Amino acid sequence: MIENLDPGLVNWSRAQFALTALYHWIFVPLTLGITWIIAFYHSIYVRTGSMEWKRLTKFWMKLFGINFAIGVATGIIMEFEFGTNWSNYSWMVGDIFGAPLAIEGIIAFFLEATFFAVMFFGWNRVSKGFHLFSTWMVALGSNMSAVWILVANAWMMHPVGQEFNPDTARFEMRNFLDVAFSPVAVSKFTHTTSSSMVLAAMFIISISSYYLLKGRHGKMARRSIVVASVFGLLASGLSAFTGDEAAFEVARNQPMKLAAIEGLYEGETNAGLVAMGLINPKKKVGDEQQPFSFEIRIPYLLSLLATRNVGTFVPGIKDLVYGNPEHGIPGAAWKMERGKEAVAALAAYKQAKKAGNEEEAARTRATFEKNREYLGYGFLAQPEDAVPPVAISFNAFHVMVILGSIFPLVFLAYLFFGIRGGLEQKTWLLLPGTTMFFLALAAHWAGWIVAEVGRQPWAIQDLLPVTVARSNLTSSTVQTTFYMFLALFTILLIAEVSIMLKQIKIGPEEK
Amino acid sequence: MIAQLDYQSLQQLWWLLCSVVGSLFLFLTFVQGGQTLLRQVTTNEIEKSLVINSLGRKWELTFTTLVLFGGALFASFPKFYATSFGGAYWVWISILFTFILQAVSYEYRKKPRNLLGAGIYELFLFLNGSLGILLIGTAVGTFYTGSNFRLSGYNLVTWTHSLRGLEAAFSLFNVSLGLFLVFNARTLGAMYLVNNLDFNDTPGLESRLRSACGRSFFCSLPFLLFILGNLLLMKGYGIIDDQGTIGLVTRKYLGNLLANPWLAAMLVGGLLLLVIGVFKTTGTDSTAGIWFGGPGTVLLSLTLLLLPAYNKTAFYPSRADLQSSLTIYNASSSPYTLKVMTYVAIFIPFVLAYIAFVWWSMDRKKITVEEIADHSY
Repeated sequence: MIENLDPGLVNWSRAQFALTALYHWIFVPLTLGITWIIAFYHSIYVRTGSMEWKRLTKFWMKLFGINFAIGVATGIIMEFEFGTNWSNYSWMVGDIFGAPLAIEGIIAFFLEATFFAVMFFGWNRVSKGFHLFSTWMVALGSNMSAVWILVANAWMMHPVGQEFNPDTARFEMRNFLDVAFSPVAVSKFTHTTSSSMVLAAMFIISISSYYLLKGRHGKMARRSIVVASVFGLLASGLSAFTGDEAAFEVARNQPMKLAAIEGLYEGETNAGLVAMGLINPKKKVGDEQQPFSFEIRIPYLLSLLATRNVGTFVPGIKDLVYGNPEHGIPGAAWKMERGKEAVAALAAYKQAKKAGNEEEAARTRATFEKNREYLGYGFLAQPEDAVPPVAISFNAFHVMVILGSIFPLVFLAYLFFGIRGGLEQKTWLLLPGTTMFFLALAAHWAGWIVAEVGRQPWAIQDLLPVTVARSNLTSSTVQTTFYMFLALFTILLIAEVSIMLKQIKIGPEEK
Repeated sequence: MIAQLDYQSLQQLWWLLCSVVGSLFLFLTFVQGGQTLLRQVTTNEIEKSLVINSLGRKWELTFTTLVLFGGALFASFPKFYATSFGGAYWVWISILFTFILQAVSYEYRKKPRNLLGAGIYELFLFLNGSLGILLIGTAVGTFYTGSNFRLSGYNLVTWTHSLRGLEAAFSLFNVSLGLFLVFNARTLGAMYLVNNLDFNDTPGLESRLRSACGRSFFCSLPFLLFILGNLLLMKGYGIIDDQGTIGLVTRKYLGNLLANPWLAAMLVGGLLLLVIGVFKTTGTDSTAGIWFGGPGTVLLSLTLLLLPAYNKTAFYPSRADLQSSLTIYNASSSPYTLKVMTYVAIFIPFVLAYIAFVWWSMDRKKITVEEIADHSY
């Protein structure tokens, strides 16, 4: 099915997609979250008629606009890279994956794009009510676009509502509602949007803290902080809750990813959660090295989080690679055998159909059907290939969780002093507060790494490895475009940061 | 009603919907056309800002329509999406590059400390409006002239030319289509700006825009006539038997026009509307040229996109292996997916309605020099 596999090509394709996704992911979460806060500020202005709130709204809107432009620029690349760099993927799952993207375009993107112009330029052109409505529509549109892309992403992690059609050699949709309302999609969307709200709240807190430290725009900064910290606190709670749901879904559908993000090599009953630890990056599954230099474990918690039951067995990487008969866990080696049977049966089926041998076609198809759920394993070279990069996944997950646990405390402190007064004097809070946005961004990136690195080697969980999903290009071609994107995005990022810093320095327009 | 649609009808419907989106995109390239006119029609910073601010309120609509065009093709004709994007790699990457440049240029151009300076962002806008549209036209031209690819038994693509799509620029037909779209975008750009701007403070700008409209249209004419002449005479890629075998058919596209007179009517209607739009802009004081030129472009584009697909025609022919050619029947999604998508497409009229309402609300008052002092690109 796949000839002349070039590992260099696969890795460069991975690198290019990771690069564009990583850049995209700098801007998009901020867009997702800050639109709601701006809509809230705008509502207060319309309700009170206060020019202070109008200035405040316009200021945050201006920063949003700068951020939005580059998010759009990186977004278009993401959509088309599915075709340019992952064309086999596009054909094999386009029947399912394409639909959410098209729905995203029809329902969400136009909402965002159409009302975006009204939000920015409608101040004296449309009624106050319609203008406010447009601001809310931008928030709704941008978040609805997140729904559909995350539905598509969730489907890759948990491919429900589909069936492989041997005649067309692709996966085809059988139940749209299963795809759209998969529990993985729901937890992914709610976790992504709630954590984006946390990020946006931190953005506002960081910039407002800077103003308070500088003794400028004090009133605007305090007002911004109070609203943002309430918003951030609520979003933090939601983010924790949905994060727990997301982890539960990972345990159910991607046990290898769970084992990797926890650094769990040997499965355990009453498994403890590693709260903090220094993982050994050289450790390989099956060797004798210790997985951790040190770790602090919370007993029973992993079993509880993964299965909602403290007494259950959580499989480790070793169990999933080599199998664990005692707990009825088949290993990757066994799945590979089944997968190879599926691949061979598919080839034989295609040949029989071409030759018009219906009897042979029926026989080979039956063999294929029996082994189809392991199709992806047929393309792995060895069982250990089923293991994602463990150290990266573990570290990213723990950075995300640790940072995510600090944020509610920060919001609480800001809210407390924001309401009680005297926030300007709390240098011990304001100084670290200016860096909080970057920590929130780091948590976001870490979350993305958990999701995307942790699911390797699969493009579609268990069904299609990344190695098969790529386009038939030369690695030097992709290498060239990788550096082109790297240069362009870096220049644009520097420009964005430079413009943003200047606008922050200028601050909101004067009365 | 949707539930009763058979597979073939769904395939035809979805090619029509994709073509409508593509045609609307080509109408909305008035933004790109306006970008290429920037230096030609303005004489000072105020005029330049006026033009940029007018285009800047619509660029995202064009951009989003392009994204939807890609998304709709991915969902409804995934084999085309995979074959063309994964195969003609350099063409698509080059097009995307120009659109990345566009996306940031409006917002960053006039902002202090923008790293590159306003001139570079204006150059980015020019590149997007010229090179970007030229390449899109060249890519669309391959619907008629064919591309260099083979598909395996598993429908996976291998491109057989080392330039990976850029070789399409060696065809006079493809390049002519690209240049027609570039000049047509400029024609539309001038029409739109005439309609959208208040020229009280910049009287010279209006006359320069009106003459730019006429000049661009006359520049586009030879390319359009060359394309139309070729369409009537050239061989085309058709399905020649019930097994779906692809073969070269003499005067295939002329045959398609004769078999579907409504396509011929759309072509003539589109041309007529375009000419009326140009006449209104260049020969009268009217500002309504865009409301003729725009729909004219939509009809013309729709004909160009439907002609190589309907009437048993291969819309993405392969020159390397005729039987790898894509038709709307062998490249589409499954009937189930097309049906689901058709239910979703019910939203499209609502989307068009709110876009029209917002456009009307925002453009009732023409953009003035005074206004752009408040918030501007």
